[in-house]
Amino acid sequence: MAAEIIIAENLTKRFGTFTAVDNINFEVSKGEIFGFLGANGAGKTTAMRMLCGLLKPTSGRGAVAGFDISRESERVKANIGYMSQKFSLYEDLKVWENIRFFGGIYGLKPDEILSRSERLLNVLSMQEYAGSLVASLPLGWKQKLAFSLAIIHEPAVVFLDEPTGGVDPITRREFWELIYDASDRGITVFVTTHYMDEAEYCNRVSIMVDGRIDALDTPENLKARFGAQSMNEVFTMLARKAKRAD
Amino acid sequence: MKQFGAFVKKEFFHILRDPRTVMLLLIMPVIQIILFGFALTNEVKNVNIAVFNSDLSIESRIITERLSAGESFQIKKYLHSHTEIPEVIEKGEVKLVIVFNKGFGSDLRHTGKASVNVIADASEPNLAQSALMYATNIIRASSQEFLKGGEVSSAPRVEPSLRLLYNPQLKSAYNFVPGVMGMILMLICAMMTSISIVREKETGTMELLLASPVKPFGIIIAKTIPYFVISVINIATILVLSIYLLNVPISGSLFWLLFISFLFVLVSLSVGMLISTLVDSQVAAMLISGMVFMMPVILLSGMIYPVENMPKILQVIAQIIPAKWFIAGARKLMIQGVDVVYALREIAVLTFMLILFFGLTIKNFKYRLD
Repeated sequence: MAAEIIIAENLTKRFGTFTAVDNINFEVSKGEIFGFLGANGAGKTTAMRMLCGLLKPTSGRGAVAGFDISRESERVKANIGYMSQKFSLYEDLKVWENIRFFGGIYGLKPDEILSRSERLLNVLSMQEYAGSLVASLPLGWKQKLAFSLAIIHEPAVVFLDEPTGGVDPITRREFWELIYDASDRGITVFVTTHYMDEAEYCNRVSIMVDGRIDALDTPENLKARFGAQSMNEVFTMLARKAKRAD
Repeated sequence: MKQFGAFVKKEFFHILRDPRTVMLLLIMPVIQIILFGFALTNEVKNVNIAVFNSDLSIESRIITERLSAGESFQIKKYLHSHTEIPEVIEKGEVKLVIVFNKGFGSDLRHTGKASVNVIADASEPNLAQSALMYATNIIRASSQEFLKGGEVSSAPRVEPSLRLLYNPQLKSAYNFVPGVMGMILMLICAMMTSISIVREKETGTMELLLASPVKPFGIIIAKTIPYFVISVINIATILVLSIYLLNVPISGSLFWLLFISFLFVLVSLSVGMLISTLVDSQVAAMLISGMVFMMPVILLSGMIYPVENMPKILQVIAQIIPAKWFIAGARKLMIQGVDVVYALREIAVLTFMLILFFGLTIKNFKYRLD
């Protein structure tokens, strides 16, 4: 497998006359935590959906885990995990039922599901809640559980679409501990976020404005280049140029 | 296959999480069979009547006895004057008043002709009509007997002799059992399936599933399996109830009856899948399956009103309703008990519909989000 686990070359998506994603280029290497920033409507989610094989690119090329995203989307899907902000779990199912389901659809064997679910519940200190309905859990727990399930099959890449929306900073920190663990195990993390403190945690970040990538570098280099104290300042400088409304 | 199994299991978890709905789905056929079988019957049973007999001949007494002998009528009151007649009807105490005028017996004996007044409360026209017919038959039959043994022989008259085939007692249960099956299977398979698929779209979990290695088409097939199981249980419930509770026998081949029922279940499931590919909200799925598929099933499938009596245009529309063909086929196989060759047309049409709906579902199903 190539060291570059995600490749986007002139990736473009048009809906009618509207160009949601405009010729973006980047590469992400194995085990990297790649932050994908941008204001609402900048095209982050569209770009991410193309990489997951959920949307077909209008033009350009993309590869994830060595598979072409337009021609081999089924192979891509088998090698990625995906978590979106709101709906990554079945609220009317119990915790263990969710674990078993996601383990099952990613093709894990029953004994693998059993051992991984034990480890997973251990890491999350949720052993007592295996039989609880997901709907009854606090939001932060749901998000941590959803992330753990998105990587239950140890995929090459995990895509996280605003995974920490609406939770307190402490829970966000705990969530990022899980992300670091995954990255240490060699799982590449591709994450979109609104929170600039989270952008600081990433190895590299890209900032999308109006469908294009305006900046891409490590947080330190970006801050140095724009003469900013924090990622928040960098982001505000770039996002101010945006012509698109939400 | 393993993934598919995990999926089916999850669907059962969803359904079992809501036991009230499961109970409803399983009990509904029982309630419907009982309702249609006993409450909405056209049979005349235990209708309260009153008799005003100012004749007091043997003949009028025998006729009165005959009226109360069967299950049809119950004599609630013997009246003593004409003025009581409107009163008992207005109060709703009786539906029918039989009046024997003075001289009924001697008229019958001497001239062979006598008249009885039967007054019916026609505010419930169907009941009144059937009750009238029953009463008239009893009175006529008894009078005829008196005449045979009587001194005055009447000229032989030609009476129309009606013979009812397949359902000699005119039991209404015979007719509606296939109808109830058609309605319930349509409800569970089409409505529940489409709602459960569309719910994943509405909550956004469909996105998650499409990003997983599960084959998209497997997703919706897995969704139909629990409803298929519930449908099988319901078919069994309905048949057992109709045989043992309503005494409606299966006069034809059980195998072919089950065959056409399963065929109809598959057609209904494909209708549900098709709806789910066309709409994005649970409300829309419910409206489409309710208005486009359920209502016509009840009104146009011949379950309640015979298709032959409808205006031409409605008859044409009825042809495209799957339940109409199922009900017609099930009636042939279950009630007429004819050989399966007579139901081949229905089976062929249902098979064609299955292929059509399934094909459209595959064509319309979006493998990606755009």
